Amino acid sequence: MFEIVENFLLGLGLWPWLATLVVTLLQIMLVMVPLLLSVAYLTYAERKVIGFMQIRIGPNRVGFFGKPLWGLGQPIADAVKLMFKEIIIPGGADKFLFLIAPVLSMAPALAAWAVVPFGSEMVLADIDASLLYVLAITSIGVYGVIIAGWASNSKYAFLGAMRSAAQIVSYEIAMGFALVGVLMAAGSINIGDIVRGQGGAYGLLNWYFIPLFPLFIIYFISGVAETNRAPFDVAEGESEIVAGFHVEYSGMTFAVFFLAEYANMILISMLAALMFLGGWLSPLPASWIPELALFDLALGDGIHWLLAKTALFLFFFLWFRATFPRYRYDQIMRLGWKVFIPITIVWLLVVGLFIMGGLAPWFDAA
Amino acid sequence: MSFEQILFYLFSGVLVLSAGAVITVRNPVHAAMFLVLCFVTTSALWLLLEAEFLAITLVLVYVGAVMVLFLFVVMMLDINLARMREGFARYLPIGGIVAATAVGIMGLAVGRINFGLDVWPAPPARAADYSNTRELGEQLYTTYVYPFEIASVVLLVAIVAAIALTLRTRPGTRYQKIEEQVVVKKSDRLRVVQLESEGRK
Repeated sequence: MFEIVENFLLGLGLWPWLATLVVTLLQIMLVMVPLLLSVAYLTYAERKVIGFMQIRIGPNRVGFFGKPLWGLGQPIADAVKLMFKEIIIPGGADKFLFLIAPVLSMAPALAAWAVVPFGSEMVLADIDASLLYVLAITSIGVYGVIIAGWASNSKYAFLGAMRSAAQIVSYEIAMGFALVGVLMAAGSINIGDIVRGQGGAYGLLNWYFIPLFPLFIIYFISGVAETNRAPFDVAEGESEIVAGFHVEYSGMTFAVFFLAEYANMILISMLAALMFLGGWLSPLPASWIPELALFDLALGDGIHWLLAKTALFLFFFLWFRATFPRYRYDQIMRLGWKVFIPITIVWLLVVGLFIMGGLAPWFDAA
Repeated sequence: MSFEQILFYLFSGVLVLSAGAVITVRNPVHAAMFLVLCFVTTSALWLLLEAEFLAITLVLVYVGAVMVLFLFVVMMLDINLARMREGFARYLPIGGIVAATAVGIMGLAVGRINFGLDVWPAPPARAADYSNTRELGEQLYTTYVYPFEIASVVLLVAIVAAIALTLRTRPGTRYQKIEEQVVVKKSDRLRVVQLESEGRK
């Protein structure tokens, strides 16, 4: 599809590098615009879902064309409000670092999407070490939080940054080990190959969440901790340290932290779907799907399955927030270091045995 | 100048400037952030050398973990900037001599004499499907498996030693014993007693 656009641009007499640049920018837009729209509507979904779980209605006033429309206009109204608010820089703050901190947390949250595949051919940059790239880029995100906490010149913000740094560094290890299990199972660190490794005759029984079940659970819980979401949101901890690392931020600088958090939630959910739930693969075995173009489009492999699985994980994020009380800080550390890391190490040995034994239907191909 | 050369000079320029800034800026947190910038630009240079595994690992390990802990400590230290800067003029000559010697030796060792294009021909560019990660893994786990394992054991010993040297249990510290809390039963904590009801007098 993009070759047609590129050839058209070359036909107009553009320089080849300019045509490539325009097409690449177009592809980036195709990923970023739906992502930012999902981020906006994830905030709406969060308020609605938690509202219903707590027997409230949630936002239901701001709509379009003078109609309430269940409050669908709320994210737009929120964004406009935040854009027109004043950005207050606290006295004694390190101005440069204070302003660059939101950028440092937003940029990795967006850059990681460069290698995320949305279908067997739909990927922006199909690089060989894409899983490592995602891990490396997302690990930079913690700087936004630390720098924000330090540059604010505020005790509450600093405490939030310290908590967050320790928590993210601890859970990254468990998360990395869980992903080592995945790449052992797939024999590749390319996310596309990992998804393709989960294909097979049995549909959803071929996915890695069955042989790697403990790693799957640990990956997702670590993901919740990495994004500083409830019940691991001690970095914000309203009841103890007001709002944690972003207590001094207002207006758009605050909104950027907010956007980064939600973009990271979507990223973690989509990675969990890609690595453990077969990504864009259909849960139905191919032999079950009737040989009709319409059925194949609806039930066969496709991006809609990936989006549905991602939405499921995102719902878990919201569900956790409505259900669990906040973990105590020392218990978070204990869970990460003394429970998750030993379990992942043991399960890596088990996965090694599975691979040596050629356990069907997951490990018999290699 | 090709696009790759422009990128090379851009990243090496940023690398040299930020490396200089690490030791010249006054604020230790700023210095740590410049060190992070150093690592990121080095990683970009390694990517230009088609060493994508090393480049990504540098960001993952040094930027993502080591420097976070470094920053963590630097932020909490109460550093007296005035005392750190005193004696600059006194140590400048000897520092300059040491730096110049180090640069000279390194220039001689890895310069044109030993690694010029006539001694080491430019490596051929690899095809797009060449996997640097796989090559590295195969080398590490076949040819160099013993040095690799010995290095990891040495690292493990260092970790254990570091913890053993710094871990002090103070008397009077109270710990939460999770295993005892988990096995607690209702009968351990709660006693239900039957009391005779007493009529009002």
